[in-house]
Amino acid sequence: MRIAQRILTPVVFGVLALAVWQLLVVALKIPPFVLPAPLAVGAVFQLQLPIVGNGMLITGLNALIGLVLGTALGVVGAILAAFLRAIDELAAPLVTALSVVPIVALAPVLYTMYGAGAQTARQFIAALAVFVPVYVTTLRGLRQVAPVHRDLLRAYAATRWQATRAVTLPGAVPYLFTGIRIASSLSVITALVAEYFGGPVNGLANAITSAAANSNFTLAYAFVLGAILVGLVFFVGGLLLERLATRHSIT
Amino acid sequence: MTARSLTRVRALLLGLGGIVLVGVAWDLYASFGPDAGVQLGGVLVLPRASATAMPSVGSMFGRLLDPVASGPGSPLLLTAVIQASLVTLGVAALGWVVGIVVGLALALLMQRFRTAESALLPWVILSQTVPLIALAPLVAGLISTARVGGQAPPLWVSVAIIASYLSFFPVSVGALRGLESPERAHVDLLRAYAVGWWPTIVRLRFPASVPYLLSSLRLAAANSVVGAVVAEVAIGMDGGIGRMMLSYAQSSSGDPAKAFGPIFGAIAVGLVSAGVVALLGAALGRYRRAEATA
Amino acid sequence: MSAAVRVRGATKTFPGRGRAAGVTALENIELRVEPGQFVSLIGPSGCGKSTLLRLVADLDRPSAGSIEVFGDPAAKARVKQAYGIAFQQAGLLPWRTVAANIRLPLELHRFPPARRHARVAELLALVGLEDFADRYPDQLSGGMQQRVAIARALAESPELLLMDEPFGALDEMTRERMQGELKRIAGETGAAVVFVTHSIPEAVFLSDKVVVMSPRPGRIVDELPITLGTGSAADDVRESEAFFRQVSAVRELLHGVPGAAPRGVDLR
Repeated sequence: MRIAQRILTPVVFGVLALAVWQLLVVALKIPPFVLPAPLAVGAVFQLQLPIVGNGMLITGLNALIGLVLGTALGVVGAILAAFLRAIDELAAPLVTALSVVPIVALAPVLYTMYGAGAQTARQFIAALAVFVPVYVTTLRGLRQVAPVHRDLLRAYAATRWQATRAVTLPGAVPYLFTGIRIASSLSVITALVAEYFGGPVNGLANAITSAAANSNFTLAYAFVLGAILVGLVFFVGGLLLERLATRHSIT
Repeated sequence: MTARSLTRVRALLLGLGGIVLVGVAWDLYASFGPDAGVQLGGVLVLPRASATAMPSVGSMFGRLLDPVASGPGSPLLLTAVIQASLVTLGVAALGWVVGIVVGLALALLMQRFRTAESALLPWVILSQTVPLIALAPLVAGLISTARVGGQAPPLWVSVAIIASYLSFFPVSVGALRGLESPERAHVDLLRAYAVGWWPTIVRLRFPASVPYLLSSLRLAAANSVVGAVVAEVAIGMDGGIGRMMLSYAQSSSGDPAKAFGPIFGAIAVGLVSAGVVALLGAALGRYRRAEATA
Repeated sequence: MSAAVRVRGATKTFPGRGRAAGVTALENIELRVEPGQFVSLIGPSGCGKSTLLRLVADLDRPSAGSIEVFGDPAAKARVKQAYGIAFQQAGLLPWRTVAANIRLPLELHRFPPARRHARVAELLALVGLEDFADRYPDQLSGGMQQRVAIARALAESPELLLMDEPFGALDEMTRERMQGELKRIAGETGAAVVFVTHSIPEAVFLSDKVVVMSPRPGRIVDELPITLGTGSAADDVRESEAFFRQVSAVRELLHGVPGAAPRGVDLR
C-alpha cells in the first residue's frame, strides 16, 4: 500500500499539473508561441514522429558514443591514477577545474578542430563531460578497499596483483556504475547543449531552435518532449545498470 | 617545514605540472600532428593540427594582449573578455541567488508537508536527469511576451531565469536531504523542549543541513554558469561570454587564437563561482565539524 | 503531594507495516515515581523500557492508559518543561561549543542573557567541565560529551530527569565514574530520575527502586526497593555485601524473564 502511494501521489500530481496546463491554455486562449497545450504537443509529436525520432536518434547516438568513450577514458585514467600517485596529483586540479567550468565552452573550438560537418566534436564534448564523474567515482572506489579485506589479503600473503584482482577491482565496480549513472544524464544534456554552439544542422537542439525560429512552437515543444524522452532512456538505463552492479554489495 | 605543508607544496607543483603538461601536449601535436588529422574508418579521431584549427598555446595567451579588432580605439582582447565574463558572471550569480531562494523554499515546503514531498520530489529528481535546458529558446519566447510597464523584459532576464532554473533543482534536493539529516536524538531533544517547527528549523535542521547545502550550492553554481552561457547562445543575448565565444569562433579562420580568449573567460567564470562557494564553506566551517567526525 | 511520574494502565502498540502484525511494545503498565526518587527500568532488549520513557517524555503517545507528570498529563508536562532528558548518544549539536550546547534550552525558552550566562557557569562547575566551555563536542571524549548532555538536561533545574541508557556507549571505567557523578548530582539537585539501563550493577548502584521488565509484550515483572545505606564512598558501596545481595536479587528476577539470559541483559 505504501509503495502504491509512493508511486500514485507523484503520478496524480503530474497528471493534475498537465490537466491544469491544458485547461489554462484552452480557457485563456493562450497562443502557442507563449505556451502550447500538452495535448497539442502530443499530437504533433505523434504526427511528426519520423522527424522528431530522427533528431532523437542523432542526439541520442552522440550522447551514447560520448558516454562509452568518456567511461572508457575515465576508467583507464582512474586505474592509472590509483596505481601511480603522480598521475593522480597531476590530474587533480585539471579534473577539479573540469567539474566546475562550462565544458561546452570548448565546443566552438572543437568544431574547428574536427570539422563543423561531423558529429565528432559533439561526441568529444559529451565524452569529456562523462569522463569527470566516472573518473572521480571510480578512483574513489579503487581507493576505498575495506580495511578488513586488505588485512585478509595480507594475511594470505597475496601479491599486489592478486589483491588488486580479488578485492580492489571488484570493490570499485559499484562506484564505477554510480559514476555511469550520474554521467548518463550528463551525456545527453551535454550532447544537446553542444548543438547550440554550431556544427551540423541536425539533432534535437537545432530542431528546437529552427522550429522556434519558424514560429512552429508546438513542433518545438514536441522536440523538447523528444529530448526529455532521450534523457529518460539514458537515466533509466544508467539506473538499471547501477542496480545490477550493486545488487550484491553490502553497505 | 612540516610534512603536511610539504605534501601541499608537492600537490601544488604537480598540479601546475599537469596543466603545463596539457599545454605542452597541445603544442607538440599542433606542431607535428598531420594537418588533416587522423582518420579511422572514415571518422576523424585525431583533430586537424593546422594552424587555423590548433593555434599554439603561446599565441592564445599572446592574443589576449592585442586589440580585439584592427580598428582604432579597439580595446585589448583581455579587456573585452573580462568585460564579457563579468556580464555572464553577474547574470549567473543572479540566477544562482534566485535559484537558492526558490530551492530552499521548496525544500522547506517538502520538509513541512509529507504530501508535498511525495508529490514533488520524484519530479524534482527526474527533472535533474532530463535535458530541460532544451527549453531555453522557448523560455525566452515565453518571457518576451511578459510586459513590465508596457515593455518586454530585457534578454538578460530570460538568461537569469534559465540559470536559476538549472540551479534550484540541486539546492532543493540537497537542502531537503540536509533538513532531514538530524539524528533522532536531536529531533527528540527539540520535541522534549516543546518548541515548534520553525525554531527546530532554525536551531537544528538548518545548521545540520550546511554540509549538504554546500555541495548543492557548488553544483548549483556550476549549473547556473553553464545555464547562463548556454542561454546566452540559445536566446541570442549579446555582451556575455557565450555569444562572444560563438562570434569569435566564426571568424577563427583568419584569427584562430582569438577564439580561445572567451574560452579562458568561461573557465575563469566557472573557477570564480566555485571559489565563492569554497569561501562560503570556509566561513561556515563550524557547521561542518560533523563531517570530520562522522 | 502528587507523584513525579504516575503511569496508569499504559499500553503501546505499534501498527504493523503491510501484512506484518502490529507489535505490542507495552501492556498495562503501572508505575509510580515519587519526587526525588531514583528509579531504574531494566530488562532485555525489546521489553519496552525505552518506549515507556518516551511515553513519559511525550515523545510518543500511549495507545491506552494515562501518564501524569507532577499531576499534569504528559503532553502538558512537556510544554511546561517539567523534565530534563538525556539519551544514549549525547546528542550534542556538533556546531555548538560545550557552553552553547548547555545554553540551548535556555535560549529556546527565552531566559534573559545574564541569567543564561550564570546558569551555564554553574552547570559547567556541577559536571566539572569549567575548562572546556569553548571546546566543540568532537574535541571531547565520550564521557565528557555525556556530562555535557547531563548538564544540558539539568539546565532548567527540572524536578524530573529522564535518562535513556545515557552511559550505554561508555567504557566500563568511565561508566562507573559517571554513575558516581550522577548519583551525587541527583542527590544535590533533589530531582527524581527515571533511568533506563540494561546493566544490573548500574541499576542497583544508582537506584532507590529497580523496575524489572519482560519483553513481548513489555510488562513489569516486579519492583525491587534498593537499600545500600547512605554516605559511604562509591567503591565501598560497590564492594558491600548489600550491593552484591541486591544485584543477585535483580538477576534472579531477570532469570525468570524469557530472553533475558544469556544475551540481552548485561549480567556483569
